[in-house]
Amino acid sequence: MKSEHWQQEVQRVATGIRRRVMEHTIKNNGGYLSQACSSAEILATLYVRLMNLGSSTAPMVPPPFTGVPGKDNPEYISGACYNGPATEEYDRFFLSPAHYALVLYSVLIETGRMAPEALAQFNRDGSRVEMIGAEHSPGFEVMGGALAQTLSQAAGIAMAKKMRGQEGRIWVFMSDGEFQEGQVWETFQALSHYHVDNICIYVDINGQQCDGEVRDVMGIEPLDLRLKAFGAETATIDGHDIDEITRAAGTPTGGRPLVVLCYTNPCREIPLLDKRRPKLHYIRFKDEAERSEYEAYFRRHMSVGAAGA
Amino acid sequence: MSTRRISAGICRLGPPAPEAGGKTGKETGMEIVSKIHATNLVKWAKDHPQVVVLSADLTSSTEINLFAENYPNRFFSMGVAEQNMLGVAAGLAREGYIPFVHTFAVFIYRQALNQIVCSIAYPNLPVKMFGFLPGVTTPGGATHQAIEDTAVMRALPNMVIFEPGDATEAEGVLDAVIETPSPVYIRMPRGDIPRLFPADKPFVPDKARVIHRGDDITLLTSGICTEAAMRATTLLAGLGIKIEHLHISTLKPFSDPQVLASLQKPRFGVITMENHSIIGGLGSAVAELMAEHGIGKKLQRLGLRDTFAHGGSRPYLMRYYGLDAAALVQSIELLTGQMLGIGEDDLAAVRLGSGGSNANAEAL
Repeated sequence: MKSEHWQQEVQRVATGIRRRVMEHTIKNNGGYLSQACSSAEILATLYVRLMNLGSSTAPMVPPPFTGVPGKDNPEYISGACYNGPATEEYDRFFLSPAHYALVLYSVLIETGRMAPEALAQFNRDGSRVEMIGAEHSPGFEVMGGALAQTLSQAAGIAMAKKMRGQEGRIWVFMSDGEFQEGQVWETFQALSHYHVDNICIYVDINGQQCDGEVRDVMGIEPLDLRLKAFGAETATIDGHDIDEITRAAGTPTGGRPLVVLCYTNPCREIPLLDKRRPKLHYIRFKDEAERSEYEAYFRRHMSVGAAGA
Repeated sequence: MSTRRISAGICRLGPPAPEAGGKTGKETGMEIVSKIHATNLVKWAKDHPQVVVLSADLTSSTEINLFAENYPNRFFSMGVAEQNMLGVAAGLAREGYIPFVHTFAVFIYRQALNQIVCSIAYPNLPVKMFGFLPGVTTPGGATHQAIEDTAVMRALPNMVIFEPGDATEAEGVLDAVIETPSPVYIRMPRGDIPRLFPADKPFVPDKARVIHRGDDITLLTSGICTEAAMRATTLLAGLGIKIEHLHISTLKPFSDPQVLASLQKPRFGVITMENHSIIGGLGSAVAELMAEHGIGKKLQRLGLRDTFAHGGSRPYLMRYYGLDAAALVQSIELLTGQMLGIGEDDLAAVRLGSGGSNANAEAL
């Protein structure tokens, strides 16, 4: 893709992510909307430009839930099939904060890996398109719902690929609140001890968590210095600048795991959200008036064909 | 710095290690085998190249030091960081390796339960968790005593639980573990272990060993309690009390038809005996089975009676908490309503082995 072409494509996907999540939030009177605002460019750049993923091997419209993994369920299908085959030449992607599921589903739709109709199954009984992504949910490979566990599992996969001399890179998307978990630091300790440099972690630092602002709930800064002290290489960027997001992936690591700290705005392109600060974790409209306000904003600025879209 | 780069290529397979402890003949004639896992794992791993070993800073204490020396590229020191260790093990398992996680039993399920649940049990990954020094076999006191591990792990879907009861089973459990495709938790004995069962009758998953036949009382024992019970049952046979004694080495699944048949037999009732809380372990599994099949017989559960324990030697703790042969005799007296007149001296006289690794009771 020529340079301006891929950038346009990333922008189109990012815009599409916000549109789909906003539309869904209005329709269902609830959704993880601020996460779409903060992470749209990061996820769009990862999928369009950075990751070497094969074509999806899963049905465009996800089949219904067919049971959890176990010896009595040999037909079990992993959600990772939407990211293409897990063969050695390809990269692997792990989205850690599983409540970003609606955002990830929107990415899959915008990048042609899943049909738009799939969102109709979101959070419906009997569906695998779950609200908190499980490993059978499209785009997921592991259980990330209990925060911080994805990173350790991705570390094990990265170590296995290194032992076998396989090329593919391991990409992990994390949220900033997860860095309050001790397990995350245990993992960085091990990643640097074993010089695991085939793993690249993008962190959406939107400064938000369930109880409010991260700095009020439990501060994690200075994150770059903390990570460097644990043996990681870091790049600190504007998480909405797709050139910076792209360049950061090429940061020389000297055998260290790479963490790209993406500082983002959880109200990006939906300034209405600013009114709800400091609590942005989950958007449920206070009343019909607020919902109408979002609906009007959506029609004017975000729907297909609208001026801002 | 003792860091190491993971490099590509075929793992170096070293020569088999020298015998660690060797065998000790006791005056009773029972074979006592020392540090079985240390030497056995090295030998066994040669033919299982997909097996990697993870340690949380208890490498000698979990008898994997010889493995680390012989297969340095298959050994991962993960530090005192169990949550990450279990998660990394899950990742390695997803890539086709079979991780053998080693630490003390308590530090597996208490320190990293959510990681076991979400990263290992839910996806049904073949991570094998070797929990050393279960129950009162550690001298380390309450923080080191896994007394509810079976209860916790038994409740997890996909989880399989083994508990070797002697040297033969501590050796054979490796084959059982590798033949079981799911996650497995092993309550692993350490140090000097008696050989109660013939070496050519290895560990068979979900199959009880019938040690004795009888229809007065059915006795089910697991782990170190089997040896303790055998001291008593030898004497009881002489007193005309007919005991059906089953040794249980698979705590989950718990579906051996032999167990059910034996539970239906006894005139006086059923006794379970385990190095674990009476809540959630072998005693509970037996109670569930009896209730489900409408077996209306008395059940006495010997084990830790809903109490924490404290630091001490194994014989002291077994006596103090009622896990020894004397406790079993008392239980049988209660069920049969008959005083047996068996004293401590009588039980000591039929002592079958060394009683375990008391020689190193102070060491962790």
